[in-house]
Amino acid sequence: MSGSTLYDKLWDSHVVRQDGGTALIYIDRHLVHEVTSPQAFEGLRLAGRRPWHSPSILAVPDHNVPTTDRRAGIIDPVSRLQVETLDQNCSDFGITEFPMEDPRQGIVHVIGPEQGATLPGMTVVCGDSHTSTHGAFGALAFGIGTSEVEHVLATQCLLMKKTRSMLVSIGGRLAPGVFAKDVVLAVIGTIGTAGGTGYSIEFAGEAMRGLSMEGRMTVCNMAIEAGARAGMVAVDDTTIDYLADRPYSPRGELWQRAVAYWSRLHSDATAQFDCTVELDAGSLLPQVTWGTSPEMVAPVDGVVPDPDRESDSVKRAGMRRALEYMDLRPGTPITDIRPDHVFIGSCTNARIEDLRAAAAVLRGRRIAGNIKQALVVPGSGLVKRQAEAEGLDRLFRESGFEWREPGCSMCLAMNADRLEPGDRCASTSNRNFEGRQGQGGRTHLVSPAMAALAAVKGRFVDARREAG
Amino acid sequence: MDKFEIFSGLVVPLDRPNVDTDAIIPKQFLKSIQRSGFGDNLFDEWRYLDHGEPGADSGARLPNPDFVLNRLRYRNAGILLARENFGCGSSREHAVWALLDYGIRVVIAPSFADIFFNNCFKNGVLPIVLAADTVARLFKAVEANPGYCLTIDLPAQQIHLPDEAMIAFEVDAFRKHCLINGLDDIGLTLQHAGEIRTFEEKHRKTAPWLFDISDENH
Repeated sequence: MSGSTLYDKLWDSHVVRQDGGTALIYIDRHLVHEVTSPQAFEGLRLAGRRPWHSPSILAVPDHNVPTTDRRAGIIDPVSRLQVETLDQNCSDFGITEFPMEDPRQGIVHVIGPEQGATLPGMTVVCGDSHTSTHGAFGALAFGIGTSEVEHVLATQCLLMKKTRSMLVSIGGRLAPGVFAKDVVLAVIGTIGTAGGTGYSIEFAGEAMRGLSMEGRMTVCNMAIEAGARAGMVAVDDTTIDYLADRPYSPRGELWQRAVAYWSRLHSDATAQFDCTVELDAGSLLPQVTWGTSPEMVAPVDGVVPDPDRESDSVKRAGMRRALEYMDLRPGTPITDIRPDHVFIGSCTNARIEDLRAAAAVLRGRRIAGNIKQALVVPGSGLVKRQAEAEGLDRLFRESGFEWREPGCSMCLAMNADRLEPGDRCASTSNRNFEGRQGQGGRTHLVSPAMAALAAVKGRFVDARREAG
Repeated sequence: MDKFEIFSGLVVPLDRPNVDTDAIIPKQFLKSIQRSGFGDNLFDEWRYLDHGEPGADSGARLPNPDFVLNRLRYRNAGILLARENFGCGSSREHAVWALLDYGIRVVIAPSFADIFFNNCFKNGVLPIVLAADTVARLFKAVEANPGYCLTIDLPAQQIHLPDEAMIAFEVDAFRKHCLINGLDDIGLTLQHAGEIRTFEEKHRKTAPWLFDISDENH
């Protein structure tokens, strides 16, 4: 008989009841932000209900908050009302919130792990697709819509069907200058943005074991861009070392019990997956997206592909449309693409190691003349404080970057940080959709080192040449 | 939630793969704390030539005459025909609220993104998965025949074509039951509140560290 996958173990330990193919799954941690929760709280009130277990919830405003001076509050009245609505809901229902002025405020997927609010063996949900990030801890973590947010608030459970399981095994070692972001972009380029639909993905292999927790979070964060319900990584010493002494991590005797429990959170050697994909990290190059879907990606030494060589007519039309939107011609070397904006931030790449990797490239250099704006938006107040303690803010400022307050910022441009039509951005975020960073804006997804290099060179350059 | 049994509607074809929820409803409209009023901004960046902001009078906007929803023959469509991976990207349920507010009750595509697919059922919108070649045939039929309507019979799991042909479709039995009866999931789940409490007590004994976030504890 075959053993269990990590996904099986997480799933089985949370089934409250099973009714045919539909299971009622218990949710341990509920993360909440201001955009997808107001209608859920409103629904709860209208039905005369209260949250089932308020202490399971951690809330933070991140999408609408300004990243410039916050002393004046939020200028946009519509954004302000949404953030105030979150504050009010948390206050009414006794929910722990890090409001905008709190030094711990930041992007929900950065602060959960940072606080030890995300732990191995948990089910973690949030009304946000990038909740897959938390799977890096050996947790079952996935994004939900607002109706499901209300469902979890009211019942602490979700009605779900079990997905199929996919193993993405990344063997070998990454070359210097190649990062977790390049790994996940290459995975999406290989299986496609719908390749993971109907699956939960476990990322494994020597290269994954070698990644820090922050790198693993970057990979799991973008599992949703491959269409997967969830991404996850088995627990090991790296996981446990990261969690020790975090504010919400268990302590003392409870910590010992937890660590013992967590040590079983890996797929058994005899576990069977419905699908396996293998990649070799050793041959992986830095990746740059050229189109309007994360699967439209090429290695930095590649060229913009030719739609005429695509045999599938639907894909061909999609490529043509993407190239028109991106104002790119087939055959153009990736290294000839010249961004005029650089954004270092987002739940994918705004943690301290990301800022260090970018700052290392910038030391003693200035951004190129064609760069109109270069932004660094730390993932949380604590990341910002740590970076400042290390003097990274000075490096960024001296090279011409703006050093901002934490939030989602130009990843989705819901606040004032956005591209103008025709702007071209080297971005460490997760989505290059049409209009994502501002109407008419053009996005190239890259790692923090690649973004920083694009800032100083004014075009994409192979980060391996700077490393080592 | 409105009940869904049999629905007949005009079909509008949206012939591009990977239509993401940012395209269905752009971010600036997500600042609303309401569930309604998103229909005027459905596909905003494709549908209008000028930039849209929340609260703007849509009657004073500049429609893009090339966008399929703006063509006279597709006015008042109730069924959206789409390509692969429809609804990918952000979890924003506002995408479904915008479709519903516009009048779309059915989306037909070869595949859907997972969260969008779930969100549809919570709002009385039926997403139907059909084989890619069947969808391709429907695209041809819609484009060739102005006024092309379909009738969706959810209880029978059948799509009736204008030429009286029929296409069968699959739907999860529980979701079908909820749609047909307009049932509120939360009410159904709370019928099992006792079982949830029993599970919770057992779970708390096994893994007590999973439970409480509270600043007072630290």
